[in-house]
Amino acid sequence: MTHKSLLTADVRTKKRNAAEARFKAYGLGAIVVAMLALALLLTSVVSTGSSAFKQTYATISVPLTEAKLDKSGTRDLAVMKKVTTIGYTRLLRDGIVTAVEELGLETTLSAKDIGKMLSKEAAATVRNRVLANPEIVGTSVEFKLLTNGRIDGYFKGRVTMESAALDGNTSPEELQLAQQLADAGVFVTTFNWAFLTAPDASDQRPEAAGLGVAILGSLYMMIVVLVLALPIGVAASIYLEEFAPKNRWTDVIEVNISNLAAVPSIVYGILGLAIFINFMKFNQSSPMVGGLVLTLMTLPTIIISTRAALKSVPPSIRDAALGVGASKMQSVFHHVLPLAAPGILTGTIIGLAQALGETAPLLLIGMVAFVREYPAAYSADAGLFGEASTALPVQVFNWTQRADPGFVERASGAIITLLIFLLIMNAIAIFLRRKFERRW
Amino acid sequence: MKDTQMTNAKISTKGVQVHYADTHAIKDVSVEIADKTVTAFIGPSGCGKSTFLRCINRMNDTIDSCRVTGDIRIEGEDIYDVKVDPVQLRAKVGMVFQKPNPFPKSIYDNVAYGPKIHGLARNKAELDEIVEKSLRKAALWNEAKDRLLSPGTGLSGGQQQRLCIARAIATAPEILLMDEPCSALDPIATAQVEELIDELQKSFSVVIVTHSMQQAARVSQKTAFFHLGNLVEYGDTDKIFTNPEDPRTESYISGRIG
Repeated sequence: MTHKSLLTADVRTKKRNAAEARFKAYGLGAIVVAMLALALLLTSVVSTGSSAFKQTYATISVPLTEAKLDKSGTRDLAVMKKVTTIGYTRLLRDGIVTAVEELGLETTLSAKDIGKMLSKEAAATVRNRVLANPEIVGTSVEFKLLTNGRIDGYFKGRVTMESAALDGNTSPEELQLAQQLADAGVFVTTFNWAFLTAPDASDQRPEAAGLGVAILGSLYMMIVVLVLALPIGVAASIYLEEFAPKNRWTDVIEVNISNLAAVPSIVYGILGLAIFINFMKFNQSSPMVGGLVLTLMTLPTIIISTRAALKSVPPSIRDAALGVGASKMQSVFHHVLPLAAPGILTGTIIGLAQALGETAPLLLIGMVAFVREYPAAYSADAGLFGEASTALPVQVFNWTQRADPGFVERASGAIITLLIFLLIMNAIAIFLRRKFERRW
Repeated sequence: MKDTQMTNAKISTKGVQVHYADTHAIKDVSVEIADKTVTAFIGPSGCGKSTFLRCINRMNDTIDSCRVTGDIRIEGEDIYDVKVDPVQLRAKVGMVFQKPNPFPKSIYDNVAYGPKIHGLARNKAELDEIVEKSLRKAALWNEAKDRLLSPGTGLSGGQQQRLCIARAIATAPEILLMDEPCSALDPIATAQVEELIDELQKSFSVVIVTHSMQQAARVSQKTAFFHLGNLVEYGDTDKIFTNPEDPRTESYISGRIG
């Protein structure tokens, strides 16, 4: 074959170059689509959820009339507890109406409607404070109280005059008054720490709902998973990779571990329900059971990544250790394991992150329950991590099922919180890998 | 094959057979290796010389499919006896590998590791002494003394191999096995290691596997020629290279096979 000039590309070369250019374009296109999807997801979550981190509070002085709260005058808690939140609601109404009158604000609203601008949770807040310090009865005390979800929504832009006109729970007049109160400094919108610390609240009061119990429950579960899955997973991998004879049994085990990693997580939930709750009689909805189920789910991930990390340690290091007379175990623990540590840690953290975001198995073991009490890490009745709790992803699931639009905001806020936790965990994984990575 | 008799045999093997799964890697090898000499194993690739070397410190134990039969004795003790712990054996029979493989730790820790796990030093001062002595013997002390705490992997290839030799001799072995120790080194580093082998011969029985016949001729007193798993010829290096008995040895040495 005779070669033509090098300055003009021949047909074959042109075709090849075109194919390469097309392939690069496809790749770039795929990345653009992926980035757009991610951007869309983040924008939608952040735009609906970021307002969950702000909350409107009313600072009002509440007259704690003795005649209403403690008729006997003895400050006997047993007697005072007989006054329910309904009794307190009247006092709160008096408080806010007084505030409106003192400011000289004009409104056509009835006292009852003005009182409704405060959250149903506010009465409980005041009652708890009074029961904790009975001596404040008879005085006027300034409280920082939650406003109603609609009022709160108005200051976050979720509720508008138009939507209020169609809403049975609020009215444009209420919003106008709220605006005047905000201008006067009575209603203030601040950062919402309570969202991260408060427990869940009932359907009628989204403004009071928080992630406290869910974060605590998730934390307990992560502790259980870490304490169980890391040592078991690492020990199993070391045995399989370094000590186990290579025969049919270990092959079967290996194949099964890979298969377990692909088992749908809800199956682990059924397993957990059958074994840990029905058979072993652990408490329902407890972080212990959740942690055990998530441990089962995370183990294959940890084992697979640990084995990969151990495999990537060059065999020459093992030879070197054995060559100077180290025992098998010394060669593993002195040389192989430290070199595999970054990979093991990364795998473990990614496994934990996966467990943190898992919802399905937790639904089956009853962690969807409505929990108002912070679970104790240990109690005599329930044992270690045995008290009912909920978890972050389950809380999201829970809130998305509720009717009040306030919960949409809360659910998105919870997703943001969950994403931040996952981001932190992945950042730690990357940091550890960079820090301990060695070259040889 | 000619049976070689020696008076001061350090290692003596009789009828050693090695099988990997289906392959018969070593066929009936009997050899006697003298103390304080350098013995070279030569032969074409895959002839079993490395496998045989690895039998002497039982490194083949780590390969699942490998079976060793026959009799290998060091100072008259059967090293494949059930009572023998390979860990103790390997402290007595040091090994240097083909590719320099220092631990990714400091130079000091590389050398000190063996003495530490075998409890050869009672305190830090003794350990320091062992490390210095070993590095001096391995002709690395002058280059490494100012950077004992820097990583061993940061040394050049030749220095790394000498570090591995220092690590091997730090456990005070009696026999030093070297599996093609210069194959990954340049000529200058090779010359340094060969010089070192000459020096080491005074204190150890050195067995070296090499691909280079020139190297075998330069460093060894005894040479064994392996071919297809058989020990073809074993004798004084001078004799093997100048007047081989077996036609196969002659072909290999003259470059017609291998």
